Amino acid sequence: MTDQSTRPGVPAQSPPVDSQVTKEAPAPKGSWWKSDGAEPVRRNIGLVGVLVVLVIIGIVTRPELYGDATWVTNNVWTILQQASAIGVVTVGMTFVIIGGGIDLSVGAIIAVAGVWSTTLATQSYGAAGMIFTAIVVGVVVGLINGVLISYGRLVPFIATLAMMVAARGLAAQISGKQTQVSTNTTINSIATTKIAGIPMLVIILALVVAAGWVLLNRTTYGRRTVAIGGNVEAARLAGINVRLHTMLLYALSGLCCGIAAIMLTSQATSAQAAMANLYELDAIAAAIIGGTLLSGGRGTIIGALFGVLVFSTITNLFAINNLSTEVQNMVKGGIIVAAVLVQQFRYRSLTQLLGRKPTA
Amino acid sequence: MNDLSRRRVLFGGAALGAGALLTACTSNTPSENTQINTNQNAGNNKNAEPGQKVVIGFSAPAADHGWVAAITNNAKAQAAAYQDVELRSVAAGADAAAQRAAISTLIAQKPNVIVLLPHDGKELNSVGLEAMKAGIPVVNLDRAFPDRAAYRLQIKGDNYGMGLAAGTWISAQLKLKGVSNPVIGEIPGIDSLELTQERTAGFNEALGQNGFKVANRRPAEFTADSGQRAATELLQALPKMDALWNHDDDQGIGVLAAINQAGRKEFFMVGGAGSKAAIDQIAADNSVLKATVTYSPSMASSAISLARLIGQGKGMADLVELQVPKEITLASETITKENAAKYSKLGF
Repeated sequence: MTDQSTRPGVPAQSPPVDSQVTKEAPAPKGSWWKSDGAEPVRRNIGLVGVLVVLVIIGIVTRPELYGDATWVTNNVWTILQQASAIGVVTVGMTFVIIGGGIDLSVGAIIAVAGVWSTTLATQSYGAAGMIFTAIVVGVVVGLINGVLISYGRLVPFIATLAMMVAARGLAAQISGKQTQVSTNTTINSIATTKIAGIPMLVIILALVVAAGWVLLNRTTYGRRTVAIGGNVEAARLAGINVRLHTMLLYALSGLCCGIAAIMLTSQATSAQAAMANLYELDAIAAAIIGGTLLSGGRGTIIGALFGVLVFSTITNLFAINNLSTEVQNMVKGGIIVAAVLVQQFRYRSLTQLLGRKPTA
Repeated sequence: MNDLSRRRVLFGGAALGAGALLTACTSNTPSENTQINTNQNAGNNKNAEPGQKVVIGFSAPAADHGWVAAITNNAKAQAAAYQDVELRSVAAGADAAAQRAAISTLIAQKPNVIVLLPHDGKELNSVGLEAMKAGIPVVNLDRAFPDRAAYRLQIKGDNYGMGLAAGTWISAQLKLKGVSNPVIGEIPGIDSLELTQERTAGFNEALGQNGFKVANRRPAEFTADSGQRAATELLQALPKMDALWNHDDDQGIGVLAAINQAGRKEFFMVGGAGSKAAIDQIAADNSVLKATVTYSPSMASSAISLARLIGQGKGMADLVELQVPKEITLASETITKENAAKYSKLGF
């Protein structure tokens, strides 16, 4: 992806040319940590700009709040914590989308994992039992998605749409449609614990993002994901076990959902069948505005993280100004369109305008 | 490498694993908790004596929320408490169309009375008319039919009154404390619903009469996790708050979690609906939750009792009229520490 995404004349949201994607990215010169890319700030310049603008609007509209240093620190942690669970889901979603798929069932998987791990029977096994259950349920449901798509040859959209409906049903069945309160103090304290002043939820998000970045940019698995998403037939001919690989992508997304389920359960001190409502759309939107190509073959974890942060910051901005959530949703929609347009513009003309050679 | 056999192993393994997990740890001993009238101290109430057998057809949407689940549980428990009532419950399906089809089947079975909580009052109005035309009295539960010919009895909660009760109690408390310019927060449920708008209108009305207004309003979605998110944002937006009204006790679990996580306790909070957990917490008086305004699913129990009387052609014992009235709106009551013990049996 390093070699083609910075190439001038390739629009951000148009399918890449096959020959460019199927070959694995050459090892980057210079420091090993510099790839996804090469200059994360420049790559996500649009999103960083949006974030800066949002913060400036916040400062201008509520100077009395932003004048208080303690409040500002709190607010930064709040924005990051509000982004934590959805951020973890978005990392998994970004992998699935880069691999040429889509996962509409993430919200429903969180609900099943959350509800399953908070049944009275599971809670009797303590915090470890609850975390184990949430993660195993998430991975297993993700694997079922993967098996249906890879070996059952279902279109990802349909398979995960079916899973979305079925998993919500299963969650409602398990919970008896009741809100299941978590009485486990260890689980509940995840949301309140701070390590060295940093909230635990933010640390979990950082760890998942770091792991996702390494997996995507520093392992064969990651490079193959990009190759499969770019051109599945070429990837198969190149000897990649596409089916197995794709199946594992959905399991990875399920794993992220399992982790997010624990985070959400901890925040709400409870789980229920309707939890994580519409997370699939938020995660897809965040991945897309982070520069991930919906048809697969290109995307970045850092961009997706910025996408989540932009949404979380908008929500915060609207809250501190007491503006209605209806307008907030309209602005979110506008930002999705604007972000994609800006990326296209940037790739087409900005590099040419500056007369710079692409850095490959 | 034998691809076929590996595939089989994969499929088999996945199926086995799923099956094992399914049976393993989903046991969830349900705490049966219903609010019914058992007529234990009926004394000389002639209505309580077993009479002519009444077949009641019942339909309510599939429960996606504790309140709707309580409606169905209450109706079933209340019917079981009468020897002379047979309850025929039909699933309402996923939407208004499915419920319409289900009720048509029910009408064909000719029950004596139908008790119906519609997906949507306006959309199911025609079904009410159809049943009434077929000579089956309809008891319209909570979500009102616009057409008066579509029901024999309408029994519902009072959303506007709920907001009014919350606003009145909050105003009174603030005046008692002598707060002159209070910061009041509000966390409604799903904002596009009519019931949410009515609750908010009632709340604003009561606050307005006292010269107060809502400083910030962050809607949630009736779920605990959305309540937690909305409350976190609200607390961040209002570094100091005097009072908070949260429309729904189920989402209130998340709201209280957020308050706890933020370490805030300078304000008091009023809940909504009247869940058992909320009432217990008010009685214990160890959190910011100091009151809740009811919207009780006990109305389903009352609907079954009244449907039985309608089926037997009896009136309500304390009233002069020989028949059950046409419309009943429950009052939204305010539960505080003082009366929590009395209401705890009505919590769902």
